[in-house]
Amino acid sequence: MTPEKQQPPINVGQDYEQKYGFHDPEQFIFKSERGLTRDIVERISEMKHEPAWMREFRLGALDRFIKKPMPTWANTELLNQIRFDNIHYYLKATDKSSQNWADVPEDIRKTYERLGIPEAERKFLAGVTAQYESETVYHSLREDLTKQGVLFTDMDTAVREHPEIVQKYFATVIPPGDNKFAALNSAVWSGGSFIYVPKGVKVEIPLQAYFRINAENMGQFERTLIIADEGASVHYIEGCTAPVYSTDSLHSAVVELIAMPHAKIRYTTIQNWSKNVYNLVTKRAVAYEGATVEWIDGNLGSKLTMKYPAIYLLGERAHGEVLSVAFSGKDQHQDAGAKIIHAAPNTTSTIVSKSISKDGGRTTYRGLIKVYKGATGVKSHVRCDALLLDERSRSDTYPTMQIDEEQVEIGHEASVSKIGEEQLFYLMSRGLKETDATTMIVNGFFEPFVKELPLEYAVELNRLIQLEMEGSVG
Amino acid sequence: MATIPLLTIDNLHVSVEGKPILQGLTLSVDRGQVHAIMGPNGSGKSTLSYTIMGHPRYQVTQGRILFNGQELVGMTADARARAGVFLAFQYPTAIPGVSVVNFLREALKARFGGDVPVKEFRKLIKEQMVLLGVEESFASRAVNDGFSGGEKKRLEILQMALLKPALAVLDETDSGLDIDALKVVAEGINRLRAPERGMLLITHYQRILNYVQPDVVHVMIGGQVVRSGGKELAHELEAKGYEGFRPVEVTS
Repeated sequence: MTPEKQQPPINVGQDYEQKYGFHDPEQFIFKSERGLTRDIVERISEMKHEPAWMREFRLGALDRFIKKPMPTWANTELLNQIRFDNIHYYLKATDKSSQNWADVPEDIRKTYERLGIPEAERKFLAGVTAQYESETVYHSLREDLTKQGVLFTDMDTAVREHPEIVQKYFATVIPPGDNKFAALNSAVWSGGSFIYVPKGVKVEIPLQAYFRINAENMGQFERTLIIADEGASVHYIEGCTAPVYSTDSLHSAVVELIAMPHAKIRYTTIQNWSKNVYNLVTKRAVAYEGATVEWIDGNLGSKLTMKYPAIYLLGERAHGEVLSVAFSGKDQHQDAGAKIIHAAPNTTSTIVSKSISKDGGRTTYRGLIKVYKGATGVKSHVRCDALLLDERSRSDTYPTMQIDEEQVEIGHEASVSKIGEEQLFYLMSRGLKETDATTMIVNGFFEPFVKELPLEYAVELNRLIQLEMEGSVG
Repeated sequence: MATIPLLTIDNLHVSVEGKPILQGLTLSVDRGQVHAIMGPNGSGKSTLSYTIMGHPRYQVTQGRILFNGQELVGMTADARARAGVFLAFQYPTAIPGVSVVNFLREALKARFGGDVPVKEFRKLIKEQMVLLGVEESFASRAVNDGFSGGEKKRLEILQMALLKPALAVLDETDSGLDIDALKVVAEGINRLRAPERGMLLITHYQRILNYVQPDVVHVMIGGQVVRSGGKELAHELEAKGYEGFRPVEVTS
């Protein structure tokens, strides 16, 4: 006789297909055959007219990739379904990178227009690179920043034009043997961003890169290196989407950040790959004395994400922050987290991780806090909150602490909750329909993340969440 | 000609997880009246308030709840709220990350079916905040998150003032309040007394009735109303305690 408890009709990413899931007819001037061979690696290096050291670097990494076993942790069932021999490791859609959207091939330009990139650039970005398949097709940087000596190019251009900086820092934070996917990236990498901000220069407006996979069974392996010199600061944002295909694609990036003394780097990701993309990414930063590094990491899309942004606090009073949210729907597993290594005294860190699982989706938090002996006065706080929207969904937390110093303050809090019946009832008793009440609770749950985003992204993310919560049935 | 009462509860039986709590409760509230329901712990007072609001865990096994002649049993909580039923919670729930101001805007929109102009909305809220003696920063805090007992109850009264219900059920609104907060909250309730509005004031103690004068007092024990009377009944209760009202004595 009492009203039956209704499940709110919720669909994850129900508009993904129309908004991001489209694809252009495939056009390319070079596409490697499926699978990975020494010949393909040599071919990529040759096409990029790379110096010998980079060619050797790639080939060495290929050996490591082949020798390294697959990870035996995380979601091994999904991991072992990756068919490395079915992937196209390199695809060049056009032979030029433009500094003017009008010069970008029409199909590709239209794709980015549909994704709203040129508009965002006009409104609130200081620089943009757009990567389509394996290569950057567009890049720009505001003139005043160029004049101040800021470098913002695709990684391939950087290898050619700024060899002294690239050779000094490339692969120093993430060596090719770090893990199997870092080795793979090191062998076949293409594209990605290179940023160098000179001493004391503060880039107030964000720089953005947008990564787009268009072809089926594509592998995208961009490589990003950001160096903020002493006292410099920069905020970099990356977004990514791909068409909806029935077979899998692979995205495996390597991102290295270097924050010199008193520098500040903020790196924001809104990952919204389609659900046929494996997203296996290695992200790591080093922060020297008094420097700050912040990873703001949003994972909405992909089939399986494995990503644990790391910060090595190497100088006294360096500060690291990781703020991540994950949204996992049907057939998705977001295995994400953070690693902070305190290797110097008086270093501080905060990790906040928030995840939502629904329709049988899985989220995992996997984190590490390590404090070396002698790193006295360290303060670190970890907070993980997981919200389950139904009984079929799952969330796991694996926090690891390795504390080898006694004079430290370490805090850890974790919670897993279901959308509270009492919260729902409270909001519904004020007249809100169940779906609206659920959306409000979810938005509130993500609020600590959303408030760290530039306004335009916050609005977009709220809209995405709302769409994901809205039912197809009214 | 007699008009339909605002609220008629007729022989109401309610179970929670199979356990019967309300056992044939009958009650009627007219517009313009304040009814106090007094009862000891475990008498079913909160069950009554949750059942009127439509909490899904409270199963009506028998009886009716008519609001303006319309059957509430079977309606969802949100539909009841939009029809003009309001519950001031004994333990208001925290909604982390959702600001008071956003929550109130959505609630108003849901209740009256349209956006209130921003300027008018701000004015409305500000007036109420001044009346209830809360700081301006209150509006930007997350709903009930880290609120003191007094702040929570003030927010309940603020919502009642904005949502203008036809029927307000106040569940132990006096609990956990110091005397100053109690006075502010009681004044808030008195301001909302109106000829078109009925109120059910559910309380364990007589204390709040010193500030809010009820038209009718009901004594509830064992899931039933065992006695009804004027406000003097509250004083009798104060003197004799609930023991003197156990059903066995009433019927003897």
